[in-house]
Formats: sequence, C-alpha cells, structure tokens
Amino acid sequence: MLLKGENILKQYHHNGSLINALDHVSFTLQKGDFITVTGPSGSGKSTLLLALFGLIRLTSGQIIFDGKRIDNISDREITNIRKKFVGYILQTFALIPYLTTIQNVMIPLALEKIPRKAQYKRAAEILEYVGLSDRMEHLPRELSAGQQQRVAIARSIIHNPQIIMADEPTGNLDPALSLEILEFLKKINRENRITIMMVTHSPMAAGYGTLKLHLNEGKIVESNN
Amino acid sequence: MTISKLVLIELWKRKSQLITGLLAITLGIAVIVAIQSVSTVSEQNVARNLDNLGANILVLPQAASIDDYYTSDIDAPTLPMDYVERILTSTIAGVDNMSPKLTRRIKVGGQSIVLTGILPKSEIASKPLWQSSGLLGAELKAACATNQSANQSHGLEDPKLKRKTIDTLNSNDCLAGSQVASRLKLTPNTRINIIGKEFNVVKILPETGTVDDDRIFANLRDVQQLLGIENQVSAIEIMGCCNAISEGLLGKLRNILPDTRITTIGQIVSTQIETNQLLRKVTLVMLIIIFFVGGISIGNYIWANVNERKREIGILRMMGTERGTIYKIFLLKALFLGVAGGVLGYLFGTLAGVILGPYLAGIIVKPVYMYLLWSILLSVAISLAGSLFPTYLAAKFDPHTNLQED
Repeated sequence: MLLKGENILKQYHHNGSLINALDHVSFTLQKGDFITVTGPSGSGKSTLLLALFGLIRLTSGQIIFDGKRIDNISDREITNIRKKFVGYILQTFALIPYLTTIQNVMIPLALEKIPRKAQYKRAAEILEYVGLSDRMEHLPRELSAGQQQRVAIARSIIHNPQIIMADEPTGNLDPALSLEILEFLKKINRENRITIMMVTHSPMAAGYGTLKLHLNEGKIVESNN
Repeated sequence: MTISKLVLIELWKRKSQLITGLLAITLGIAVIVAIQSVSTVSEQNVARNLDNLGANILVLPQAASIDDYYTSDIDAPTLPMDYVERILTSTIAGVDNMSPKLTRRIKVGGQSIVLTGILPKSEIASKPLWQSSGLLGAELKAACATNQSANQSHGLEDPKLKRKTIDTLNSNDCLAGSQVASRLKLTPNTRINIIGKEFNVVKILPETGTVDDDRIFANLRDVQQLLGIENQVSAIEIMGCCNAISEGLLGKLRNILPDTRITTIGQIVSTQIETNQLLRKVTLVMLIIIFFVGGISIGNYIWANVNERKREIGILRMMGTERGTIYKIFLLKALFLGVAGGVLGYLFGTLAGVILGPYLAGIIVKPVYMYLLWSILLSVAISLAGSLFPTYLAAKFDPHTNLQED
C-alpha cells in the first residue's frame, strides 16, 4: 500500500455555516495505480488532492503514506515528503514565469541540493523524454499551452517521485493536446510505475484511470477502489 | 540552479522593479554619505574654530587656587617642570598642546607688572589672538577635529622636537602686553631692564582684554633663572580635545599628576562640547530618519514583490520548498539590493559631497573610503530590517490559497 486515506474530514466555515468539503472520505492506493477523481464543481476533488500531502490541513481523519501517518506531522516533515516523493501537475501549469524551461524543470533538484551539472544533465534527459529538448532555453510565455504542460510534467517527474498529483491537467488544453498529455501520463505510469492521482472533469480523461472515485458534496458516491 | 541563482535571475528579469528598489536604497545611502562627508569636514572646521578659544585645562599646584594663578603673587606655589615631560611621555590621548608657564608679579620702572616665562611656540599655539598677529609660522592642527591623535602640537609628533621650541625666543628677547607697553612706553626693539637683566622687546602684543595685556613674556628658562625658581612652573595650560575631556581626560591626567589641582576652563569646554554634540545630534537625527524612510521604502518594495509573487511562493511550497528557503529567497534579494545600494549610494553620495560641498557649505570635501564599508553595512542593515516583516508574511502564506490565484 502506497497511500491510504481513512475517514478524511475537512470542514470550513462559510457565511456562518459549517461546510463539509470532504466528508469521511476513505480510499487506498497501491504503487503503480492510476486513480481518477471526478465530480461536479465544488464536490471536493481538488481539496482532496491538496489535502493528501499537507497543502490543506485536515479537520480529522488519517492519511498514511508508505506505511507512515502523515496527517499529524510537522510542516517541515510534510514539506520534505512533498519534496522527495510527490510531483504536482496543475491546470494552470504553475511554471515560474522568469525561468527558462530547463531552469523550471531543475527546481526540484535544486531544492534537494543536487550538484548543478547533475541537475542540468538530468533535466536535459527529461526534456528530451517529453519532447522539448529544442525548447530548453525558452521562457514559459514563448511556449504553447501543450508545451507548458509538458514542462510541468517534466518538472513533476525529474526527482523520481512515488506519486504524481494532477489537478485538471488537461483543463486548459484543446482535445488533441489533452489526449497527448493523457497518453503521456499513462506512459509515465506504465514505464516508471509512478502512481498517479488525477482530478478531472472530463469523462474522456477519467477513462484513463484504472481506479475511479466520484465525489459529490465531499462524499464518495461511486468507487471501484 | 541554486536559490541564489533563482534570486539573481528574478532580479535581472524584472529590471524595472530592480531599478525602483535600488533607487530607494541608493538615494537613502547617498544622502547619508553626502551629509556625513560634509559634516565631517564641517566638524573639523568647527573644531579648528573652537581651538581658537584657547586652552581649556589648567594644571596648578595642589595648594594653589585660580586666584593665585591670576594674581601671580611672589610666594604663589609652583609645580615641577618635569610634569610636562610626564604628560608628554604618557599615552594619554586628547592632549593637543601644553604651555607651561611661570608667573611672578615684579616691579619694572616703578610699575607693577607680571613677568611670565613661557615656551614661546607652545604659548602662541594656545593663544589664537597672538596667532592672528603674525607670531606663528606653523599651522596649528585642530584639537577636536576627527582623526586627530594626541600629542601632535605644531605637527611635530616627536615630543623631543617640541621641546626645541624653547629656543625660538632668544634668551634676551621678550614680548610685551599692550597695557604694559602703554604704561612703560615700550615699542618694538626698545630695551627694558627686568630684575637686572637687559631684554629687547621684539613685539608688542595685540590687546586681548585678558590678564595677558598686563604681562611681559620671556623665555621660560630665563625667567626661572631670573627668579631663582629653577625647573618650576606656576601652571600648565593645556588645549585638550573636548571629546577627550568628556571621555575622562581630566581623570587620566590626575592619575599621572596626583599632587596637582587640575581644572577645566568651564565656559570654553562646555562651548566646545555643546557644539560638537549638536553636530553629532544633527547627523544622528538625519541617520535615524533615513534609516526609517529607507527601511520603509525597501519594506514596501519587498512587500509589493511578495504580493506579486504569491503564486510563485505557492508553487515553490507545493514542490517542497521549506519556509526557511522562502525566507532565504527574499532576504537574499534584500542582501543583494543592500550591497548594490550601498556601493552606488557611496559613489553618488561622495560625488554629491565633493561637487556640492564647495558651493553649498563653502568647504572642500574629499572621499572618505572607510564610508564605503559603512555604506554597505548600513544599506544591508536597512534592507534586511525593511524586508523582515514582508518575508515573514511570505513564509506564512497558505500555499493552497496562493496556488489558486491567477
């Protein structure tokens, strides 16, 4: 078991009333799983994705990663877990605008204080893997949306994470580019046995998951997990 | 890629912001350097003027009073001439000039006058009015000027060289105060008999409105011989640096001259100290104002930068950047700005001082290279102090909220 959520509850106050963003959600992921999380807007999909590794703190419940409980550890410890074991891909690509493609991709290695030459070598390899070796010195604004998302994917896998958390990775892309990105994620999942949790609105994207969770009003209403 | 490189790239890629931030700190430091450069030279000028007020410390025999010193009675107590040597050979800082003297009231031509034995050059150095009458060839150094070390009267650092000034007034020469000259009808080059010895009046001193007008001055050694008081003096007048006085010069002198009575000439010392303190206070007030204005400007700049980069902070936190690294990113930026602002501020400030000093303050300002180090240190301190709070807030940002901002 790689990641397990047990009775995850996230509540917040809104206009004086208590809202359950996540209402006792439970699931289990094994290494190499590709799970898709679907549901209407406001169903708690993104909240779940961000809560699993401490970007949102839980109200109650437990999260166990690689055999260790991680919902009650310090900010420094959970940050360290994100740095070493987790890659993130967001709908808005989340690239740093003033850094070139290769500089963006090197950030996770810089955070781990990998020597500069090794960073560059690894980033060049990854960019070749995602088909962007000819765009290494381009700034994000000089790339197409599909290329920017491939940079984000390259950045998310450069440090060999155990799991990729993808929040609507095709949300800003046209169908052809969406297909390209989804195929790429599938390739990463199969070739590198990296577990992927993908939040999506798109039924087509949801079809790529080997496991599926469907949320509504913070609750799992459908699952093959 | 390293965190420092990330900071440098961000600075370089956002040049307009870099210039804005740099301008704030550069201007602040430039103003401080310009003010400090001008005020240092002004302080030296003021100190030189303050020195013109004359001696400010009086060393008297233990049994003597100030009245004894002025009346110069025949039986007034004396102290050993060796005490001058004792001060000269000590390591006490702040003694700029010493004029030992022996005074005795005597009769000359039926008139009561005060005969005063002096070391001519030391005496002239402590008498600004005498200097203006052309009695002095060498330029005096200011006692209270900054960077002035002790025991450098007449520009002669070797105390033995100082003692040679005894010979600058020939043994049969004398100087006459204006009232004495009037009463005894003395003119330059007239001869006068003092206690059986013929003296040539080399100069009539200008009227000073002090007891000096009623005195005849001759070489100290000659007066000691004439009066039969070898190696004794009535008093040692000292021009002490007013800063050194406020820092305990009198106590140090008392330690090496325990059987003496050491007193300050209050009005002169208080004027010197007050003037210097006023100058320092003005500079300090300017410094504090600029520290706050500069700190607030930089803080404002960093805060704007933090707000603009909220999403970037969220991305970095999402990827596993610790709060400490977020601190490092913004404080490194402040450090780079501080160093660059310090160097540029020093250059512009010095240039402004050098160019504007002669026009605005009528003084010649020279670059003070030590200020470069101070400029950088001050600039970095202002920059870091101004950046601390915005950086603290940046590190506390909720990554989740910032990730959703677009």
